[in-house]
Amino acid sequence: MLDFFTGHYAYWFSIILLCVGLYGILFKKNLVKKTIGLAIFQGSVVLFFVSIASKTGDVTVTVLDSNFPVDQVSNYLNPLPHTLMLTAIVVGVATLGVAFTLLIAIYNRYQTLDEKELIDKIQ
Amino acid sequence: MIESHLPAYIALTFVLFSVLIPAFGVWKSELSQPLAVIGSGIAATFSIFGFLNYLNDGALRYYFGGWEPPVGIEFVYDGLSGFFVMVINVVAFFVLIHSHHIAKREFPGKEMPYYAMTMLMLLGFNGMVLTGDLFNLYVFLEISSLSAYALIAIGDKPAPFAAFRYLIIGTAGGTLYLLGVGFLYTVTGTLNIIDMAAMLPELFDNNAVFTALILMIVGIGVKAALFPMHGWLPDAYTYASSSSSALIAPIGTKVAAYILFRIILWLFGVDIADAVAPLTTIVGILAAIGILYGSIMAIAQKEMKRMLAYSSVSQIGYIIMGLSLANPWGFAGALLHVLNHAVMKACLFMISGQMRLKEGHSDITKFDDSYRKKYPWTMAAFTIAALSMVGLPPLAGFFSKWYLVLGTIDNSNWIFLAVILISSLLNAVYFFRILEKVYLMNPSKGQKVSADAEQNESPLSMMLPTGILAVGLIVIGFANAVVVTILLGIYPL
Repeated sequence: MLDFFTGHYAYWFSIILLCVGLYGILFKKNLVKKTIGLAIFQGSVVLFFVSIASKTGDVTVTVLDSNFPVDQVSNYLNPLPHTLMLTAIVVGVATLGVAFTLLIAIYNRYQTLDEKELIDKIQ
Repeated sequence: MIESHLPAYIALTFVLFSVLIPAFGVWKSELSQPLAVIGSGIAATFSIFGFLNYLNDGALRYYFGGWEPPVGIEFVYDGLSGFFVMVINVVAFFVLIHSHHIAKREFPGKEMPYYAMTMLMLLGFNGMVLTGDLFNLYVFLEISSLSAYALIAIGDKPAPFAAFRYLIIGTAGGTLYLLGVGFLYTVTGTLNIIDMAAMLPELFDNNAVFTALILMIVGIGVKAALFPMHGWLPDAYTYASSSSSALIAPIGTKVAAYILFRIILWLFGVDIADAVAPLTTIVGILAAIGILYGSIMAIAQKEMKRMLAYSSVSQIGYIIMGLSLANPWGFAGALLHVLNHAVMKACLFMISGQMRLKEGHSDITKFDDSYRKKYPWTMAAFTIAALSMVGLPPLAGFFSKWYLVLGTIDNSNWIFLAVILISSLLNAVYFFRILEKVYLMNPSKGQKVSADAEQNESPLSMMLPTGILAVGLIVIGFANAVVVTILLGIYPL
């Protein structure tokens, strides 16, 4: 049972971060805080991907090393999750950019970023 | 050989035009809309040509840069993706022709960024449908979503708020999908759909695979507005500019439904999806609740666009219910409904755009019998689309419901059968009240008749696409046997 916790620190960390982000998205009333929650939520998934690429023991980064011939693939870290996450991070930055643009438009029109006040003003 | 490069050409057309439109748009803003029409017209031609090519020669797999999967990324042009690409591009072509006058009135001076954004969104939709790689699908999903947020934010005063809520919930959904892809990657070590589908049968009782499927269904369910994840849809479609909602409503949720088809029927297969818990049945029940909820909420609405938005929640339910039946009739009914609903909803949203252009509102309570004199052709098209939504033969809407009913009978699923029939009655309630106001007002009971109303029909560039789609509904209705025969051939099991 203890192994279930101690052996998976990285995953537990991702799960906690995911829950923090989800809490921000669901329960925060201020739209900027919601956006921050969204960024944390995306960050947790990025960290999850990065952690699944890790290996322990006699391994190195994906640069050809004279100690490890090309055919010993298991001695190299898996580069694919990292490259995928580069794209996902770019997507996350673009999303935040669009979100803040929308927030500026909302603030210019309604002079508030509080969700309850906004819903009252729209109806 | 042009055929073997077709999948890439469709995506590249949109990339090219999303650059051409800003390049010419800074010089002359009026060129943006014709360029967008040309771009989507070329893509529509490619996709029709490609689907005919599929019918003759079978599925096509395009490897980017010559790298063979699972190492490289591929586009798969099989029956399902070919069918969806054709529906998306043909409907988008007509909507873009129609949007000329709406763009001039609702967001003058912003045509250039608007049409560049539509090209990017269509690129995302086509890419999602064509790609054979799960992570590539996520990237295209975000390309289309980010452009859709921007398109929705152009509109009425509350539009940015509606777009922001869609952004929060849509991005959370996309991220859940990405997490699901991560789970599958840790278990199988591949991202290629065909490659992964070959490995999953051995992993049918693996917890990670089961969790991944749930995460993907929830994430994509948000995009598809599957009940109870539909909350963003009514506001987004109502406050967006008429041309944006006419473009996003018919195809946006369909593309998400396509991913559910691809994941449940092709990637996992019904047996693996149901191995740990009856997931397809749960999805079907959610769809059934969504059908009834959407129809009832649509009856309560006084604004035409908001009514059509709730009706979209209901109609996407039919498609996903057909998927959950997991038999050939349900499958053919669902795909035929994808085609029918795309045409019907595009037609109806375009008519609501015409009403906003001509009358300045689309408020159902203000509709009266003068409309049948002022807008004879618009109202005729509306009648055809509305009757098709209700499901009167020989219009197209009847046949998709008919095949769905055959599917429920095949599974002896009487509750779903009852849901389809009740929902058709509810559809009749919310469309007939408009038809009654326009056509059946009775002067002898003291209701006013505007005899002096003069014909004030919408411009030809709007009436022509609306009319073609309305006539298309009759044609699809008569040609349904041909379409269904093709669709039954696509069914994977």
